[in-house]
Amino acid sequence: MLIQFSVLTEHLDRYLIGLGGTVAASVVSLLASFVLGAMIAVLCITPVKPLQWVGTAYVEFFRNIPLILIAFFVLVGVPLLTGTVLVPFISGLTALTVYTSAFIAEAIRAGIQSVPQGQMEAARSSGLTYLQAMRYVILPQAVRLVIPPLGNQFLNLVKNSSIFTVLSASDLMYQADLINSDTFDTFSTYIFAALFYLILTIPLSFGIRYLERRFPRVKGVEA
Amino acid sequence: MKLWSKMIGLSLVAAFVVSALMGCAKQASEAEGTIAKIKKQGKIIAGVKYDLNLFGLKDPASGQVQGLDIDIAKQIAKKVLGDEHAIEFMEVTSKTRIPMLKNGDIDMIVATMTITEERKKEIDFSDVYFTAGQSLLVPVDSTINSIKDLTKDAKVLTAKGSTSAKNVREAVPDAQVMEFENYAEAFTALKAGQGAALTTDNALLYGMAQQDRKFRVLEETFTKEPYGIGVRKGDEEFAKLINETLKELQDNGQYVDIYEKWIGKKPN
Repeated sequence: MLIQFSVLTEHLDRYLIGLGGTVAASVVSLLASFVLGAMIAVLCITPVKPLQWVGTAYVEFFRNIPLILIAFFVLVGVPLLTGTVLVPFISGLTALTVYTSAFIAEAIRAGIQSVPQGQMEAARSSGLTYLQAMRYVILPQAVRLVIPPLGNQFLNLVKNSSIFTVLSASDLMYQADLINSDTFDTFSTYIFAALFYLILTIPLSFGIRYLERRFPRVKGVEA
Repeated sequence: MKLWSKMIGLSLVAAFVVSALMGCAKQASEAEGTIAKIKKQGKIIAGVKYDLNLFGLKDPASGQVQGLDIDIAKQIAKKVLGDEHAIEFMEVTSKTRIPMLKNGDIDMIVATMTITEERKKEIDFSDVYFTAGQSLLVPVDSTINSIKDLTKDAKVLTAKGSTSAKNVREAVPDAQVMEFENYAEAFTALKAGQGAALTTDNALLYGMAQQDRKFRVLEETFTKEPYGIGVRKGDEEFAKLINETLKELQDNGQYVDIYEKWIGKKPN
């Protein structure tokens, strides 16, 4: 038998500890990167040029370097430069948040900017302020466009949290690595790790589908 | 009806995925065949460390891997194929070496691997070619002078898949052990202040202390680590040939030369 179920039954406690780590990492990082990403997106679409540059620089820098590099930088670079040691779990959270927020900012920016400009102009000429126009005209249409790419980013985030293992922070992948070095049954160990990831990601995936259906498509506005 | 067809479709997909996964798992090559395999490919593929000073370290300038493990592996190539250069080195880590050997990616493991009963269930070992002992690497100004000085919440760094993690957990059950991908990463983390000490075999620690004088190795060792060369389970013919090579190296004094070249002193 290629897959040994004893690997799962004998090490279930460690898988669950790992799963807990991955869930905690994903939830915290999801919330933090959404907030940070939204703030960066605001910078990117603001009419103030210097702020736009800051936002764009952030997005282009962090989405164009590998996550593992950011993670290592936070783990060992930051202490060497500043003398502040972040424990591995916090290092991982920071890296994951900084990285994911760049993608989220980009998704939000693209969604908002793909609402035709005429809508903003029409809203403004009917007497709404810029913020009112955003709130009542642009954003409701943008939400539908932003959901699919945001959903993708959240799925990626859960999977990317496996970066924690190289920082020796306890997540599903770290525990799987340790189980592997005890059992030497590499195949079974990681098949079960994959299963646990699917338990997290499949419901998330369906949740995103549901949201996509709930928010109706707006005529004339295409992603 | 629609639900039925959906379910059938789903189970077909599931069956396909499972069978694809099954097919992916490469069967390890037949154990008896290693010497024949080596002769056929004209070289031995040796799994060695690339990141361990004194044992297996890749020199970035020349691209060559150097160290005690490397010299021993070359002598085995000389014995089997008559040419010490008829060898290809492939990087392994403590985590990957046994799966890679079992999978047939490498023919033998010469990577500072301690002979343990647990590993013997998975692979076979040659005779002992080096005896090390586990110790601690600490900053020069550290107050830790013995394993007993490790406090309850001291963080001890090491690499995944090594015996070092288990040993230190046994010696200091309270210590917080952090396992990194390899020793280079663990050492980098130690330099960054992520832990109080790095633990593994002293032979490896000396190599690290030599690279960075801000760290020192404790005199005390708390385990005995006999290193052996790993071959596939049941591959007696190849294991015997390796043992003959090791014996010859002992007898003709070449082993002492190799030892002294890397460790800097004669073996006890």
